[in-house]
Amino acid sequence: MKLAIVLVILVVGSVIFHFASPWWFTPLAADWGAIDTTINITFWVTGFVFIAVNFFLAYVVYRYRYDKNRKSDYDPENKPLELWLTIITTVGIFAMLTPGLFVWAKFVNPPDDAAVVEVVGQQWQWGFRFPGKDNVLGKTHARFTSEKNPFGLDPDDMLGQDDIIVDNNDLHLPINQSVKVLLRSKDVLHNFAVPQFRVKMDLVPGLITNVWFKPTQIGAFDILCMELCGVAHFAMRGRVVVDEQKDFEQWLAARPTFAETQNQTLGDPKIGQVLYAICSGCHQKNGEGNGALNAPKLAMQSSKYLIRQLHYYKQGVRGAHEQDEYGKQMANMAAVLADDAAINHVVSYIATLGNGDSEREKPSITSGNIDSGKSLFRKCSVCHGHQGEGNNALNAPRLAGLQDWYLKRQLLNYKNEVRGKHEHDNFGKQMMLMANMLNSEQQIDDIVTYINRL
Amino acid sequence: MSYQTITDQPELLDHGPSSFIGKYIWSQDHKVIAIQYATTAIFVGLVALVLSGLMRLQLGFPNTFDFIDPSNYLQFVTMHGIIMVIYLLTALLLGGFGNYLIPLMIGARDMVFPFLNMLSYWIYLLSVIILMASFFVPGGPTGAGWTLYPPQAILPGTPGHDWGIILMLVSLGVFIVAFTMGGLNYVTTILQARAKGMTLMRMPLSVWGIFIATILGLLAFPALLVSAIMMMFDKLLGTSFFMPAIVSLGEQLGHAGGSPVLFQHLFWFFGHPEVYIVALPAFGMVSDVLSVHARKSIFGYRMMVWAIVAIGFLSFVVWAHHMYVSGMNPAFGFFFATTTLIIAVPTALKVYNWVLTLWRGNIHLTVPMLFSIGFIFTFTHGGLTGLFLGNVVIDLPLSDTYFVVAHFHMVMGVSPIMVLFAAIYHWFPLISGKMLHTGLGKFHFWVTFLGTYAIYLPMHYLGFLGVPRRYFANSGTEFIPESAQSLNASITVSAIIVGLVQLVFIYNVILTLRKGKAAGANPWNAASLEWQTPQVPPVHGNWGNKLPLVYRWAYEYCPPGVKDDFVPQNIPPEDLIKSDDER
Repeated sequence: MKLAIVLVILVVGSVIFHFASPWWFTPLAADWGAIDTTINITFWVTGFVFIAVNFFLAYVVYRYRYDKNRKSDYDPENKPLELWLTIITTVGIFAMLTPGLFVWAKFVNPPDDAAVVEVVGQQWQWGFRFPGKDNVLGKTHARFTSEKNPFGLDPDDMLGQDDIIVDNNDLHLPINQSVKVLLRSKDVLHNFAVPQFRVKMDLVPGLITNVWFKPTQIGAFDILCMELCGVAHFAMRGRVVVDEQKDFEQWLAARPTFAETQNQTLGDPKIGQVLYAICSGCHQKNGEGNGALNAPKLAMQSSKYLIRQLHYYKQGVRGAHEQDEYGKQMANMAAVLADDAAINHVVSYIATLGNGDSEREKPSITSGNIDSGKSLFRKCSVCHGHQGEGNNALNAPRLAGLQDWYLKRQLLNYKNEVRGKHEHDNFGKQMMLMANMLNSEQQIDDIVTYINRL
Repeated sequence: MSYQTITDQPELLDHGPSSFIGKYIWSQDHKVIAIQYATTAIFVGLVALVLSGLMRLQLGFPNTFDFIDPSNYLQFVTMHGIIMVIYLLTALLLGGFGNYLIPLMIGARDMVFPFLNMLSYWIYLLSVIILMASFFVPGGPTGAGWTLYPPQAILPGTPGHDWGIILMLVSLGVFIVAFTMGGLNYVTTILQARAKGMTLMRMPLSVWGIFIATILGLLAFPALLVSAIMMMFDKLLGTSFFMPAIVSLGEQLGHAGGSPVLFQHLFWFFGHPEVYIVALPAFGMVSDVLSVHARKSIFGYRMMVWAIVAIGFLSFVVWAHHMYVSGMNPAFGFFFATTTLIIAVPTALKVYNWVLTLWRGNIHLTVPMLFSIGFIFTFTHGGLTGLFLGNVVIDLPLSDTYFVVAHFHMVMGVSPIMVLFAAIYHWFPLISGKMLHTGLGKFHFWVTFLGTYAIYLPMHYLGFLGVPRRYFANSGTEFIPESAQSLNASITVSAIIVGLVQLVFIYNVILTLRKGKAAGANPWNAASLEWQTPQVPPVHGNWGNKLPLVYRWAYEYCPPGVKDDFVPQNIPPEDLIKSDDER
């Protein structure tokens, strides 16, 4: 009796949960309504069977509960009943399957007018490539991959020269234009998934896979990696920004072509030296930084990282948060650098500083536990290197040599969403997820004390 | 004649081992081996249960527990999965119940290769020890997910990519050796050692389920074995079976030309039948428990047998439904979606037949019966959600989300475990001679049944939303509302409660073994052969001096014209007492 009632309650409760649940598919933002329709058909058919079977089960449990004066029927087989159940089930199954197969046929045949864009995955970042003017993507191979050529384009393939390179986690696409996304991985399996678009597909190293959709809503949508790809899998996030056609074109025009990325003139250290004069006020002559002036060490830092940060300061991506006191100062200073060329010059000068003969600043944090810091650092070292040397391939800056107070402030900024929250701070978002793992100030002290020793 | 009976051996009882070690350690008695298998499997299962608790703590209450970081989170996920699927479920259902029930149910004295049977257990134990050792090596166990997909399983960036993965692959290889020894034994025993009169179509469905599952295992496990060996070569010898040209964390590797998708085909060629290696014995055992406790013959026995055979066959042609978004040729989707949904037909028929077995029965709501009816509910739920994932195009939004996690836990986690508990409560009186405490058993059932539903029903909805699985943290996404976090917290609370209540079960077992009340022979009045041994619990050799003769099927409950409400398989027709109205 109790069991029969509970079964009924579970069924009714499930139905109520379904209708009361705020958790359901995200609003559709691509032309895949057909998938949602198929889901609805399956939902109603299976929902009906779920209710019918379990209500009948509850009825049977109640109706044929134990009675010492009754004997069970002896009725081992009932051919017509079994036949009918088989037929009805088969019909129900095909009612669900058939529409699904039609929609799948649509999925496996991208429309002819679809634009092509390539998504490149690597642990734990996204990159994108548009085919450029000639509308053809150039050849690639793993062996061409280098810091300067992160997507591994064949430098001798003329078709690749005009390809447009987007070496960060933000993909822009125009609205109402079908896109066939070619998927390529540099290292392990990944999966390109945008919940609002419904479709997803794995990126497989050694293969080019594809998926297509037509965005129908303006807005920014999360890209998630949905195939386990290692320890920072959960932090492999990106964004698709769906723009009006003209905004998209404007955005695309501002991206460099492959040829441009290869011929990028590095800055001139001589000019950079002149520009650096103003930096040296705080960051010191040899780029060693100055704790009293809240200026971190710059010498030895990766140029790629410094250029990115200077751009961020100039664009208000970093140093714009009201609680980021020192960042705001730096944003004012970065504004002094007139253009990209000036940034390149100054960074190229910093690259010549080497470690200099600058003395290392005395640790300012004394309460850290170095052993605990060492064990905490293990998760950092996957990207930042075992010696904190940084890894440009992963856009992970050098940590070794940085002052402990600076590292601590940045970790706190990440934790408190002062840094990394800006929608254009691609890699900062990942660092926020990582910094969130440090649960106490003590842990931060431990970890920066350890890094300080590297 | 399709079988060869073993000659009766009057002096057999004198041949039993007498020393403690011979009886309980290096035992060749299938019943002792079954208990060894079961105890070991339940022990590793508890380890996996604790691991799931740890990962749920992180998901329910992120940034609360310092000792959980993305590395060991993935290690918990991986080890939980692999232990539960292979080292617990496969080992307990086949090594445990398969070993215990086959000889008793078919009227044999033991397995046909007792020494091999003993070896099978000790090699299984070795595989468990190797697996557990990976917790103590530098870098810890592998965190590549239970599917162990290369390239990431053997590359830096994945926890345990040095020692952990090697021990994992070795352990799987050793397990497969153990399984093959046991499996060949079960199949041969069922085909060769049935008692006189025990035709194939008189065997209890438990034996049918175990029989077909074992055949599946013997055909499927080699695919896993070769993929483990190939991955080991890739890792240790630098071959490129599964490794294309790769730039790993900025570094060029020496591999070229391999295919990660090849591994997935091999893995799922094993992995999908594996689902049925777990499910079919459970299907069989639950059929028997339902029939006994409803005092009614199983409905549609022949259909049930053919359904088991059909499911077993079809399970080999559906594997790529795990790979709809893997990058394999998308045209395969048409074929595999069709086969996958077709497999739902025999599966649905089994559900109907279970319910129709209860229909017009006389249902005793004993603890095994509660678990069995609970199984019908959870399995129906899990089976129906499978129709979403199998229908290729619906898999696009749901693949790799919590919907998948919820689905497979309902269908091959909760459901087989409901059957395992039903089976333990049902056969415990035979195994130990004592009856488990009913009150504690009912408490155990209610919390487990309701608790698991409270875990997995809401989890499907996280999947609809698009929340990805195997994520250490979900923060920083626009589309996941805050409320999803409270849902995750409630799932974690339910999971912890369900986890803890298993201690009540263990307490019940220990209490019963120490001072439980004697159950007596055949306390459930079951008709099948295993309850008809001369001694309870059955002793070495099972049948005393004479092997049983079988006269009918295993489901003779309330036959017309007979006084008792059941007729054991080995009672000669002339000994039946007619009911009053027939006299």
